[in-house]
Amino acid sequence: MTPLLQVKGIGKRYGARIGCTDVSFDLYPGEVMGIVGESGSGKSTLLNCLAGHLEPDAGQVIFETRANGPVDTVTMSEPERRMLGRTDWAFVHQHARDGLRMSVSAGGNIGERLMAVGDRHYGNIRHKAIDWLGRVEIEAERVDDRPTAFSGGMQQRLQIARNLVTGPRLVFMDEPTGGLDVSVQARLLDLLRGLVREMALSAIIVTHDLAVVRLLADRLMVMKDGRVVEAGLTDQVLDDPQHVYTQLLVSSVLQV
Amino acid sequence: MIRQITEYNFAYLDEQTKRMIRRAILKGLAIPGYQVPFASREMPMPYGWGTGGVQVSAATLTPDDTFKVIDQGADDTTNAVSIRKFFENTAGVATTEETAKATIIQTRHRIPEAKLTEDQILVYQVPIPEPLRFLEPRETETRKMHSLEEYGLMHVKLYEDISQHGAISTAYAYPVKVSGRYVMDPSPIPKFDNPKLEMDAIQLFGAGREQRIYAVPPHTKVVSLDFEDHPFEATKADHPCSLCGAEDSYLDEVIMDDAGNRMFVCSDTDYCRSRREAGHVGRLAEESAA
Repeated sequence: MTPLLQVKGIGKRYGARIGCTDVSFDLYPGEVMGIVGESGSGKSTLLNCLAGHLEPDAGQVIFETRANGPVDTVTMSEPERRMLGRTDWAFVHQHARDGLRMSVSAGGNIGERLMAVGDRHYGNIRHKAIDWLGRVEIEAERVDDRPTAFSGGMQQRLQIARNLVTGPRLVFMDEPTGGLDVSVQARLLDLLRGLVREMALSAIIVTHDLAVVRLLADRLMVMKDGRVVEAGLTDQVLDDPQHVYTQLLVSSVLQV
Repeated sequence: MIRQITEYNFAYLDEQTKRMIRRAILKGLAIPGYQVPFASREMPMPYGWGTGGVQVSAATLTPDDTFKVIDQGADDTTNAVSIRKFFENTAGVATTEETAKATIIQTRHRIPEAKLTEDQILVYQVPIPEPLRFLEPRETETRKMHSLEEYGLMHVKLYEDISQHGAISTAYAYPVKVSGRYVMDPSPIPKFDNPKLEMDAIQLFGAGREQRIYAVPPHTKVVSLDFEDHPFEATKADHPCSLCGAEDSYLDEVIMDDAGNRMFVCSDTDYCRSRREAGHVGRLAEESAA
């Protein structure tokens, strides 16, 4: 099996400071990779480099495209990269407001990607929007409400629907459960886990919440000061941490 | 001794400025629908009163031209009268109210009803040239969207219209795709005028405050955006003109009294007048004659 995404030696500097450096891994279809680390460890920088939001200084991000096989997304042309960004890729922001159009109704938010790839039939777009609202557990009658009228958890679920409507193969998530209360978090994680399995999605999830990766991720990378200090199967890393920092991280989780 | 300036340069603007504007116009004609930035000048009128259109007119006028100005189709409204006077004073060109006799027509919010010819230029006053502006406030982003032809967002606006009102309720400034490439704001003309955008005359658009010029060359394909199941429809008030009886012209609604009486009249005053002179009579004209 060929990997869906091959990351080779990615590095990004902010002047003299290191954002992230020398990160390499492969992601296979249907696999979920978790990236954990403390604030400032470079996980968001890494994610933005992978998703094409930031230009890395070094390395390659090779994505297995549907049409042309493996292509380095760092050197591909911007129109192609943006096309990937609204078809095969999805990006779930930590704050739903960053990923949604707050002045456009829920249906319009979900329909945007469909219209961006050329769907010009109102009835079809609306039907798909209502279908997706159902899949993320939002009532169909809210389709014409704006996201400003939604709770934080609903906004986050709407953002997920908006991203998944075009059937992407790779989802980038930046702290998808950040800022939500625990019961809403649990529901969202449940939903995400279902969607990832059902659609055979590959995902890269950046988080500092170890419970999130325990539930969702097959594999785990631990980052510290811009470097990957430990990587492996999620359960293995969490149950038998080898690196000093990982041990600190695992032992820092509050027990109820 | 201080030299007294006794006369304006022809058509108010200095020759270097006109040269700069002409270059922008030529670029606009070469790339139909593309918004060309230009160094808009201060004009002796407030922004929003047609400073863009006036600069484009000034750069296109020659002493042999005949100039016509309309505001919402009418020749006798404040904006039209003052701009016509402006060019009478500064350029000394002949002016007219007859569409067919004019070589350059500056317009605000209408396309004349009479068919324009290859010998004419239509100059639009544009308040906001960016059709994506209300959906995407960042100029850097809208420019990128134009350059990469990412126009899905324009349909989001139409989607919102249908979901809220059951039909595309955008009635003016209806977005169009020019020559299969750029999405363009046709300025706030009623969508009734959209089919007329494919015409024999040159169309130039000037936005003074926003510092943009764009153009549609003659015989260019201009398509109004729509959905397959909600096709574009050019609409007007479903009445004949009360004065000239025309059923094919765009109408203004005029409230007559506080008892609910109203009349519908052609917004194109020259069209209405020429029809009445040719003997056409509408409902109110019949009543007053009787």
